[in-house]
Amino acid sequence: MRRAATTTLPHRNARPGRRWRKPLLYAVMVVAAIPFVFPTWWMITSSLLPENEVLSYPPKLLPLHPQWSNYKTAFANYPLAHQYFNSLYIAVLVTVGTMVFSSLSGYAFARIPFPGRKWMFPLILSGLLIPTEVTIIPLFKMVDRLGLTNTHWPLIVIPILGAPSVLGTFVMRQFFLAIPDELEDAGRMDGLSRYGLYFKIALPLARPALASVAIFTFLNSWNMYLEPLVYETDKNNFTLPVALTQYTDAYGSHLWNIQLAASVTTVVPVLIVFIVAQRHFVEGLAQTGLKG
Amino acid sequence: MHTSKAQPVPQPAPQPVSTRHRPPGPGRFGAWRRKDSVSGWLFIAPQTLGFLAFVVYPLVAVIYYSFHSSNLLSGVTTYSGTKNYSQLLHDPATPSVARATLLFCVGLVAINISAALFLAVLLNQRLRGTTVFRTLFFSPVVVSLVAWTITWNFLLQDNGGVNAILHTIGIQGPNWLRGGNSAMVSVVIVQVFKNVGLNMVLFLAALQGVPQSLLEAAELDGAGPWRRFRSVTLPMISPTTLLATIVTVSGSLQVFAQIQILTEGGPDNRTNVLVYFFYQQAFDNHDFGYGAAVAVVLFAVILALTLIQWRLRKKWVPFEL
Repeated sequence: MRRAATTTLPHRNARPGRRWRKPLLYAVMVVAAIPFVFPTWWMITSSLLPENEVLSYPPKLLPLHPQWSNYKTAFANYPLAHQYFNSLYIAVLVTVGTMVFSSLSGYAFARIPFPGRKWMFPLILSGLLIPTEVTIIPLFKMVDRLGLTNTHWPLIVIPILGAPSVLGTFVMRQFFLAIPDELEDAGRMDGLSRYGLYFKIALPLARPALASVAIFTFLNSWNMYLEPLVYETDKNNFTLPVALTQYTDAYGSHLWNIQLAASVTTVVPVLIVFIVAQRHFVEGLAQTGLKG
Repeated sequence: MHTSKAQPVPQPAPQPVSTRHRPPGPGRFGAWRRKDSVSGWLFIAPQTLGFLAFVVYPLVAVIYYSFHSSNLLSGVTTYSGTKNYSQLLHDPATPSVARATLLFCVGLVAINISAALFLAVLLNQRLRGTTVFRTLFFSPVVVSLVAWTITWNFLLQDNGGVNAILHTIGIQGPNWLRGGNSAMVSVVIVQVFKNVGLNMVLFLAALQGVPQSLLEAAELDGAGPWRRFRSVTLPMISPTTLLATIVTVSGSLQVFAQIQILTEGGPDNRTNVLVYFFYQQAFDNHDFGYGAAVAVVLFAVILALTLIQWRLRKKWVPFEL
């Protein structure tokens, strides 16, 4: 895709304005980048300021005497470590579960000619249209009746098997559709069962699609907000997004520097992974935009 | 851009169950067909059961609840007809909620789509280093929504970073999150910067798929850059524009965390969008019947908008999707 790009621009008509084209484009890009980068930068620097300086004027763009103890406070005075662990293990379980079940049904919808698949696929796909808010009252009642509020079960099981996993199924199906028939035919000659074809032939080929599913599933779970807000009441059971909103003093006013320090701990690891594997991220997440 | 429904691999047509009575025959996979109708359902069984339990059932149940009133203290639920819906119709907050929802949706879609297209065109200029800028523009997408919103909440305080910067260049900024109009502007802008990277990447892929031959032909016909963009590029990427719009519209109706953290629907319900109103009724006031009615309305709105946009695609997209 990039290659096709290099051939184009009409270099020929070298009007005098052309000379300024490049610097101008760079300038526009740099200016455009400010609101995207600045908040994260400000989050990090302000998390290192003493409380009386966070909202001072003139603004401190660089903390000259970084107060690292803000991070200690965030972990010592709040169950942040515990909440961190909650978010992490829930996101891992949801990711693995979604990869398993989405690839199973994605494979079936793409490659197994079974009666009913023609109407089952659009039916399941319609789950993408349904916002979490629409179904959360009955789901809350269901979870409550089972006595599972204030546990992590609803945060794990519902995303794996409910509406959020449908996107994974769609992505997996799109991938499996493109596998050439010959590969599976060869497997059949070798006596593989349907399960064998899926597990030994299709799945190993599907690593890029699985990576996409893993990335957006992990991020969705890691960032989930409404569900833990509804299902959890005990601070020790909170996941990070809900936990981040709890950094207030006894009078309900914000402890900005501590709150931002806690935010940094949830953002920076993801950002680092993103920068290292940014191609996978961009491609994986772009698929979420191709929902329909 | 190939369509999602195209099936590059021709599949054998699903066979009716009656194959059982036929000998496996010369077809290579006669026995396979029989097994496949079982294994197919086995493969989709977990997700199908989950779908029934966590999507279909709640969808039916929320409609059921919307016609009932529940007494919080006794836990008794009684049929109440359309009471919840008429309550919504006469709720003094409803006009503000409707206006906020519409404003947010229109504002977000207009700004998001045009900004995404603008950034994609910028990145498509084949300059060195565009990957770096793509990463920067995309990075808020991977930042936790709540952390992003908390940071903007901090920045948009009356004495926060945005106003401090405006002050240094001699502008007296408003109290962003408390002012009548600026609150809506703020939540829209915060959301645009958060997710515009996704649509940008979609547009970038679409732009790179526009055949160079078409652009060159237009240039030979004397079309300037703007004309080429309007008459060749825009029509060619219209399927992506349609998809991006549908996804952004339905996303715009689901902004909850941002509203809760930034404005709590204020001032005067000016930013009280439908999902936030839903949460207030269902989980702050614990009125599940009324909340369910609001949820049903939310679902109906999303369904209607999606159907309308899908219907309009023929007008919008000059060639078959």
